[in-house]
Amino acid sequence: MMLEFISRMLGKESASKNIAKERLRLVLVHDRASISPHMLNKLKEDLIKVISNYMEIDESALEVNLNQDEREVALVANIPVIKMRRDYAAKS
Amino acid sequence: MGEVIVVTSGKGGVGKTTTSANIGTGLASSGHKVVLVDTDIGLRNLDVVMGLENRIVYDIVDVTSGNCRLKQALIKDKRFENLYLLPAAQTKDKTAVSPDQMKTLSAELKKEFDYAIIDCPAGIEQGFRNAIAGADRAVVVTTPEVSAVRDADRIIGLLEAAELHSPKLIINRIRPQMVKRGDMMDISDILDILAIDLLGVVPEDESIVVSTNRGEPAVMDHSSRAGEAYRRITRRIRGEEVPLMNLDVPDGLMDRLKKLIGMR
Repeated sequence: MMLEFISRMLGKESASKNIAKERLRLVLVHDRASISPHMLNKLKEDLIKVISNYMEIDESALEVNLNQDEREVALVANIPVIKMRRDYAAKS
Repeated sequence: MGEVIVVTSGKGGVGKTTTSANIGTGLASSGHKVVLVDTDIGLRNLDVVMGLENRIVYDIVDVTSGNCRLKQALIKDKRFENLYLLPAAQTKDKTAVSPDQMKTLSAELKKEFDYAIIDCPAGIEQGFRNAIAGADRAVVVTTPEVSAVRDADRIIGLLEAAELHSPKLIINRIRPQMVKRGDMMDISDILDILAIDLLGVVPEDESIVVSTNRGEPAVMDHSSRAGEAYRRITRRIRGEEVPLMNLDVPDGLMDRLKKLIGMR
């Protein structure tokens, strides 16, 4: 307790507002994504469009999710590939 | 043609009613014809904050259900003859009014008044949907706490979805001492997170408790710091450019000591 007080006085410990900000940042990523599944769907469609230029994918099995752990939120996509396109170079 | 402004927050207890009362009174004191509308059906409070609780005869549900005419339900303020209150019903619940009825009511109020200030209930259910139904613009009130900011973010999303674009933020009950020592999020932290425009910042102030005890909005009290903040907010709503209030606190002993030994 005394030690904490002293280290606070010396400005060593992270101010609690920074903890608040960081926690809010993480929780809001999730809140905003769950409010708009619409956005995730749009993202899925766009991903399919881009990836289809390079490979044939199983669209029905495609999964896009936001995963959260203690420190960060990650966009995790599981995209089963059926086959690679041979003509991708010709397209570009 | 007047304007309908809804005061929202999501979380309860952050100061929606106090803010509504002060903005309404502030606008009336600068000469506008103003009506305050309490849409918190079942939990009415704007009447006591305004000190008008003894004058209520009819309420908002009487108006929307056709029990009385709008004029009969409007209560004239004690201080300003161009300020009125349309109280919430106390014995009914939120479903007693529909969003369509609120749209009709708002349109009627806009014909009579320069500003209609709508005090929204906490939450995101029907009471919220009613309150925003007829609004032209929205004000979001938050305090510098994780829970209030999170709920404000949710409300901003719902306002956008309801086509009420670019709501403005009021940060209420900020404590400059705590901000200074890094134990409270400051204005830029909150704006950074919520990404909306700031309408004003109101410091934590005991005078708000006193003015609520008396039923006299702090905006009329020239010795009140929060009152000063609300006077500035009122001027911004009228379109004036007003600098933010200076919330600085004088250096404490510890700060001076730290400076002395070169720690900051």
